[in-house]
Formats: sequence, structure tokens, C-alpha cells
Amino acid sequence: MSYHSIVMVKQVPDTANISGQVMKPDGTVNRSKLPTIFNPEDKVALELALQFRDRFGGTVRVLTMGPLKASDLLRDCLYMGADEAILVSDRKFAGADTLATSYVLSEALRKLAPYDIIFAGRQAIDGDTAQVGPQTAEKLGLPQITYAEAIIEARGRQITVKRKVDQGFEVLEGTLPLLITVIKDAATPRPFRAKRVMAYKNAHTLLELEKMAEANSLLYVDQLKDEYVSKGLFIPTLTADDLDIDVERCGLSGSPTKVHKIESVILGGGAHETIPATKDGMYALIDRLMEDHIFG
Amino acid sequence: MSDKQQEVWVFIEQREGKPADVSFELLSKGRKLAESLSGTLKAVLIGHDMQELAAETFRYGATEVLLADHPELKHYNTLPYSRILSGLVDQHQPRIVLFGGSFIGRDLAPRVASHTRSGLTADCTDLQISDVTYLRKDYSQLLLQIRPAFGGNIIATIICPDSPVQMATVREGVMEKAPLAQPVEGRIIQVPYSPDEVDHLVRIIDRHHEESKVNLKAAPIIVSGGYGMGNFQNFQILYELARVIGGEVAGTRAAVDAGFIDHPRQVGQTGVTVRPKLYIACGISGAIQHRAGMSDSNKIIAINDDPDAPIFGVCHYGIVGDVMQVIPMLIDAYKHKLK
Repeated sequence: MSYHSIVMVKQVPDTANISGQVMKPDGTVNRSKLPTIFNPEDKVALELALQFRDRFGGTVRVLTMGPLKASDLLRDCLYMGADEAILVSDRKFAGADTLATSYVLSEALRKLAPYDIIFAGRQAIDGDTAQVGPQTAEKLGLPQITYAEAIIEARGRQITVKRKVDQGFEVLEGTLPLLITVIKDAATPRPFRAKRVMAYKNAHTLLELEKMAEANSLLYVDQLKDEYVSKGLFIPTLTADDLDIDVERCGLSGSPTKVHKIESVILGGGAHETIPATKDGMYALIDRLMEDHIFG
Repeated sequence: MSDKQQEVWVFIEQREGKPADVSFELLSKGRKLAESLSGTLKAVLIGHDMQELAAETFRYGATEVLLADHPELKHYNTLPYSRILSGLVDQHQPRIVLFGGSFIGRDLAPRVASHTRSGLTADCTDLQISDVTYLRKDYSQLLLQIRPAFGGNIIATIICPDSPVQMATVREGVMEKAPLAQPVEGRIIQVPYSPDEVDHLVRIIDRHHEESKVNLKAAPIIVSGGYGMGNFQNFQILYELARVIGGEVAGTRAAVDAGFIDHPRQVGQTGVTVRPKLYIACGISGAIQHRAGMSDSNKIIAINDDPDAPIFGVCHYGIVGDVMQVIPMLIDAYKHKLK
């Protein structure tokens, strides 16, 4: 039997490479200056889903919630081998915490049903919360397997997954449909396929087509859309109007957690004793540690 | 808000019937939060044959244990555990629920928070109770959930002003375990569990559990390496230093990500928080998330070739130099002086 998967992916600021320009003097973050990347564990989740498709057959779709810029991420997914990409985007979704995010994603997933497996990275590097996966599963009433390391077997409606736990591992057998969150070690993402890059570099989301139409009075968005759909280069966009949702549960208003205060980290040079990086320096250091009653 | 006493709950994790340290750490913190709220501290425990463990929470100030005890609940499993806990939260509406930031807590807490539509903040490094004015409205006695964010460039204080239940996860070692001299007179309330077929949608068919070989929290000396160690081979020198001076080896998240060392030995916000007598930071730049896990060490030595590395802001002894040259000299000096 073949399986239909959907992978939840996210474009994230590259928090490991934050430069001085990104931090404003008041300690807030200038997001426009942040380089963005494919959230690493989501990329692994996509790879695991593609490997699963290679083994058992079926389809892999990807889903992201984000602004216009997230279209880049969806093209990356197509380059890797995803069969279809879907953008979920609306100003009303902005400022969402994990609860509001999982609400919108779960409603988008209802529209994309049926599916057998929902994949997601364990966590995104901009928040490291690991909450959106389980919260989405809960809203859809699905079982979840978090921290998946490997899919061992799939037979009919049963799937066997090895998951990491604090001290060791577990092997779980789950009944589909279910949601799996994936850790970094589960797979090595494949490089983009040159052929697919050629095929999909002009794939565009509805938001991008709207922008093109705005910039050129000779273009009409409906015509553009038809053209892109016929060429297989249209990336569907789901907005609040396309989903059966309560707007109050989206974005900032649907987020129970609020940022009350942000303090920039002051990396001050505290008072410390400088020890020369020499043999004598090390002898002196050992003496000091003996005085401190740490050694001896 | 009703007049009913505000409750602080701690979810008690157990593996093979053994409680997780982080749960007692959270009870110790929860007791302080409950005092600030003039409320009560309660423990929630799910498992099998748990009477003894339930009573152990009285040593940390829990006045009541909500206990679901059933053979089918012996091992953690997402669906039955989250179903029980979500039901309890719905029914009792505690003001605060705390979970360990472990594989169990991070699997369970978001599920319960989603069901109850509660605010949940992950990996808090501090928790406080305070009155807050937010968007010109006054809120009394909110939980301040404090954590580094955005690659450690900022410290964020998160609040859940309109959420009846406030939830947070905290990593092991962040809060200090503080048993009472005299256990409180607590009571155990049995929570009925009726197995449901949905509880078996995911079944555990094999478990491999190793007793942790490392206990960083108990180590008096920790030799820790960062990305600045350069490569896996260089990193091995830390084991030599640790062996000679009698310490444990640890690493930063960057070192774990680079494959120099395994996650159980990670120190920092998303690892373990430690307070050893001596912490030797080798090739560690000193990002806030790392410092959150080690800055309370009694003495800190930092070795880094970058004199501007933030780690020098928290150390007591700073050595600017190449770790691969400094560490052998340090080993020699120790051997010469103390052997």
C-alpha cells in the first residue's frame, strides 16, 4: 500500500549567525536584517518523508505558514522532491504563538485531508519549543510520536517507529493516521536535484503572482494564476477566508502567551583574573585553585 | 478569578518507577510560587504502584497528590497520560502547571496545553510571580516565565495574562532541589483511570533504557568544550584533562550539534544546568544559553583564543590562548604540583 504524507516546514531566522546589525540599540530584533534558512529539523523531516515515499510509494506534500518570503522555502522543498507545496498565509495569522500556530496549521491540514502521516521537525531553531507538532496532533485528535529517529516498518495501517528518549530509545507501533516529529539524526537531507531546480525555479505562490500583477498593469492575477496552474508551477495559498476558522483564535489575539519584556543581553567584561597562557601561568593557576580549596 | 485557592501543580515524571530529579526541583520551586500566591502546591503522578513515590512529594511540600495508578499506566505513553492530565486540568483549573523539560515533559505539556488552550512557555530559566500592567490593564499575580530567546541575544519575559492556566517547562538542574526538614502532612487522592481503546493507538513494543552513566549535576569539577575545540579529535583532550584532575566532561550545544559530544552531556538552557566547584570552559564563546547553565559555578576558568569572547565576562580566571596548547600545559602543571 502507498501512503500520503504531509510535512510541516518552517522558514526560520538563522539564529546561529546573528550579526550586530540585527540587534537594534533598544535590544529588539530587526527581523528584516535576519538571514532566513530552512529549519534544519524540518528539512530532515522532509527527507524522512521522501525516503518513506521511495520505500512504500505514495505522495509527499509540504505545508508552511509564513509570509510571502516563505515561498522560497516551498521552492526548496520542490527542489528536494516534494510533490506539492502549500503556503498558508494571512496577516491575521501574524504574531502567533505555538497554540495559535497549531490551530491554523490544524485547520489547513483538515482541508488537505486525507493523509496518513504528518511529519514535522522536532523543533524550530528560533524558539526551540518543540510544541507545534504535539499541539497540532492534539487539535486533529491524532496520536503522536515525537523524537523519531527512524521508521522501521509500515504494514497496512500500522507503522513502527524508533524514537529517542532521555536514556535510550523506544520502539513504538502506531495506527495511522498519526503525526511524527523528527530529530536531526534521523536522516541526511538530499541535495537539490538540478532537474527539479530547473523545473520549479519559476514556481510561484499566489502572493507572488499578486505582487507581479501589482507591479505590471498589463498582468492580471487571475490570468497569471491560470497560466501557472496549467504549467504546473502554481503554489496554492490558503488564507483565512479559505479555512474554516475562528479568527479570534489566530495570530496575536489567539496567542495566550505574550512577550511582556525583552532585555538585550549585555555581554560585559566582568572582573576576572587574567592568567598568561604560559607554563608559569598554569603553575600560578594551580596555586590559586589550591588556595580556593578546589585542588589539593 | 474565583475565590478558590490558587493551585500550583507539578507533573511528577517517573521512569521504571523512579522519580525524575527535575520533578523534585520543580516541587521546590513550585512551593515558593505557591507561597507567593498564598495558594497550595499539588503533585500529579501517573504510573503503577506509585504509593511510595507519591508520599515522597510530601518532603518537597506537596500537600496533595493526584494519583492515577493502574497497571496500564506503568510506562509513559502520550495518549493516556495526556488524556488524564487534560481532564484534571479541565476539572480543577490550577493556576500554574509545571513540567520537566525532558522527553516526557516536552511530549506531554504541549498536548495538555493545546487541549486546555493554556499558555505554555518552554525551557524557562526563571519563574516569578508578579503583578503586571500589560496593554494598560492591570493583572495581579501573573507567572513571569523568563527565558533566553532568539539565539540567546535577548532575554524574554513571557506572560499569559488572559489564560486561566499558565504552563511552563523547565530543564533539569535549573531550579534547586530543596527538601523540607520535616515532610508535610499531605494526602493522596486517587484519580480513576478507565482504559480507552484510543489509548492504544500507539503501543510500546520495545524499550531500551540505560541507567545514565553521567551525572553532571553531581560532578565537583566539569571540563567543558565548545565549538572552538575545532574538531572531534581535539575535543578528546578534554577527557584527558578531566581524568587527571578528576572531573566530568561536558559540552555546549554547538559542540553537541557538531558531533563532538552527546546531548546528555550538554550544559545550558536546552541541556543541564550545573553548579560545580570548578568549571573549565574550553573553546566556549559563552552564549547566554550556555551561561544560563553554568554561571552559578563556584569558580570558572575560561580558555579561549578570542579575548573578546563573552565567556570572559563570567569567568574568574581567564586565559587567552589556543586551547590545544594551554590544556597540555595545564595538565603538566597539575601533575607537577599535585602528584
